[in-house]
Amino acid sequence: MAMQRAGHVHAVRMEGIRMAFGKVVALDDVTFRVGRNEIVGLLGDNGAGKSTLIKIMTGVLRPTEGRLFIRDEAVSFEDWSVRRAHALGIETVYQEKSLGEKQPLWRNLFVGRQITNRWGFIDVAAERRIANQVLKEQIGFRGAGIDADSPVALLSGGERQGVAIGRAMHFEKDLIVLDEPTAALAIKEVRKVLDFVLGIKARGRACVYIEHNLAHVHEVADRLVILDRGRVVAELGRGEMSVAELTRFLIELQDRREHSDG
Amino acid sequence: MAERRHRKGLAAVEGLPIIAVLIGLIALFMIAAPQVFLGHRIYLSFLTTVPPVLLLALGLTLVVAAGEIDLSFPSVIAFSGYLLAMCIKDLDMPWLGIPLALLGGALVGFVNGVLIAVVGIPSIIATLGTQFFWSGVTTGISGGTSYSLRTVDQSWVHTIFAGDLGSFPVQFLWALGLTVLVWLLLNRHRFGEHILFIGDSNAVARVVGIQVEAEKIKLFTLMGLLGALAAIILTLENKNFFNTQGQGYLLTALAAVFIGGTSIFGGQGSVVGSFVGAFIIVMIEAGLVATGVQGFWVRAVVGIVFLGAVLFHLGIEQPGRVAEMRRRLAHVLPRRDRSVSNGGEAVRAAPTTRERS
Ligand SMILES: Nc1ncnc2c1ncn2[C@@H]1O[C@H](COP(=O)(O)OP(=O)(O)OP(=O)(O)O)[C@@H](O)[C@H]1O
Ligand SMILES: [Mg+2]
Repeated sequence: MAMQRAGHVHAVRMEGIRMAFGKVVALDDVTFRVGRNEIVGLLGDNGAGKSTLIKIMTGVLRPTEGRLFIRDEAVSFEDWSVRRAHALGIETVYQEKSLGEKQPLWRNLFVGRQITNRWGFIDVAAERRIANQVLKEQIGFRGAGIDADSPVALLSGGERQGVAIGRAMHFEKDLIVLDEPTAALAIKEVRKVLDFVLGIKARGRACVYIEHNLAHVHEVADRLVILDRGRVVAELGRGEMSVAELTRFLIELQDRREHSDG
Repeated sequence: MAERRHRKGLAAVEGLPIIAVLIGLIALFMIAAPQVFLGHRIYLSFLTTVPPVLLLALGLTLVVAAGEIDLSFPSVIAFSGYLLAMCIKDLDMPWLGIPLALLGGALVGFVNGVLIAVVGIPSIIATLGTQFFWSGVTTGISGGTSYSLRTVDQSWVHTIFAGDLGSFPVQFLWALGLTVLVWLLLNRHRFGEHILFIGDSNAVARVVGIQVEAEKIKLFTLMGLLGALAAIILTLENKNFFNTQGQGYLLTALAAVFIGGTSIFGGQGSVVGSFVGAFIIVMIEAGLVATGVQGFWVRAVVGIVFLGAVLFHLGIEQPGRVAEMRRRLAHVLPRRDRSVSNGGEAVRAAPTTRERS
């Protein structure tokens, strides 16, 4: 395992990805790479195809066309699934709901990769204990009346986001995908997430980071990939553009689109 | 902050309120029909009448917890019952009847699962269709005749599934054992956790890596198997098969589940509740008969109890809905009746309803 980690260049490589939902083409011939120890910021307007691209990467959606390489090895989309992605070290915080409302936090933390004996029975005590630990240490829910047995339904939007991020932190392996993780968070919590992302880099791992706040993305990303209407329109290295230039670039992109549409 | 705490201590004991209801009900029938309910014979008879209802209710608890429904189990009682009766009577091979009946039930369930998970037909429609299909098939191949199986009690098959230990009916041991097993499955097994997440939201279940389609097929197949076991026990206990023998169970088995407090919205299921619920529903039937109520009225009462239970649990689960319902009711009822039936409260509610419309 360690040998392999040292050996590969890209955590994930996707080539020629095309995704059509009926007549809507969400992605068209997209190539996307994430280096072994790289933080990639994914930018683009609403509906540009960012979430769709990462869902394909994490096994939730199957593309119409395209090739996938995990640690430089080809993987068929036919047998690519959330389970395989987990097993190969890809962890995701999704933009939309990814927690079971009525289920306690300990179940939400471990669902999909429960601690079980060989007959599939869950070690509830162990899952509870670890969940309480994660809540305290990783998420920082202290004395807020929340513990491993609280159902998600009792949590605020930000707290839910915190749980989803805590889950990714706990299982962190090769690559963490964050789709607008800070959308529901207070300023102090946003800082924590950004520090977490920088920590991923420091620990030698990779991250795909999606956010609309350009200052945040600009701060943490090694490379920026800009999507527009399902196509990659620019790839920028760190420092190639300032935040102001980046903002202008994205606004121009939007203007150009409105002209061509109108 | 204390509000955010979930139920702890006594309130967290699964099924406690429903057990209280059961005890209250027994007390009520002891007063209403003392000659029956003060003796022990009626309670012993429950141990033979409850198991088929309970086995169905156990399967339905899982199905409902997954946010689905199964209306086809009466046809499993008929179809699997026929396969068993046919082996006993026509082939004279009772032992063959057990695997064949189980296989039959699993087949019905598997087909349901494929229709629901792969083809994508909503379970209420899919299982309504298969209910008609399999009961039609059963009537067709059995020629519509009933089978008397009086000699079956000499077979060990009867001893195992519907025999007696002293005066204790063996089928209750099956029911008890399976209750424990299904409880463990739902609350302690990976499969049960997947069912709960699927019931909560199919989309969330997919995102966390649950193979929703495969789990649903498994779930409905298991429901078919439990239905088949109910059919085996019922047929052997009655020593008789007739092709409408499942029909009485549609209401009672579902009522047991909803009385027990399993959520009609999915994502939550109470096996203990269904266990007690099965006793409650069988007891209500027997109790009403014992107090001299006629059969058709019994059915009407069970229907009311069914709806009452759903409403009661709805009120507990989503208190907001009760207020919403009251508002709607105030809207629907004519003004005069409103002030009579609801007093001052309805008058206060009136302006808000107008604002909203
Ligand atoms: N399941 C689906 N069925 C049909 N169309 C879809 C589906 N999912 C996404 N789309 C379409 O694909 C396009 C890209 O959507 P996507 O969610 O990837 O955008 P996004 O870049 O993540 O936007 P946002 O910044 O708003 O999250 C949109 O036009 C959307 O309507
Ligand atoms: Mg998105």
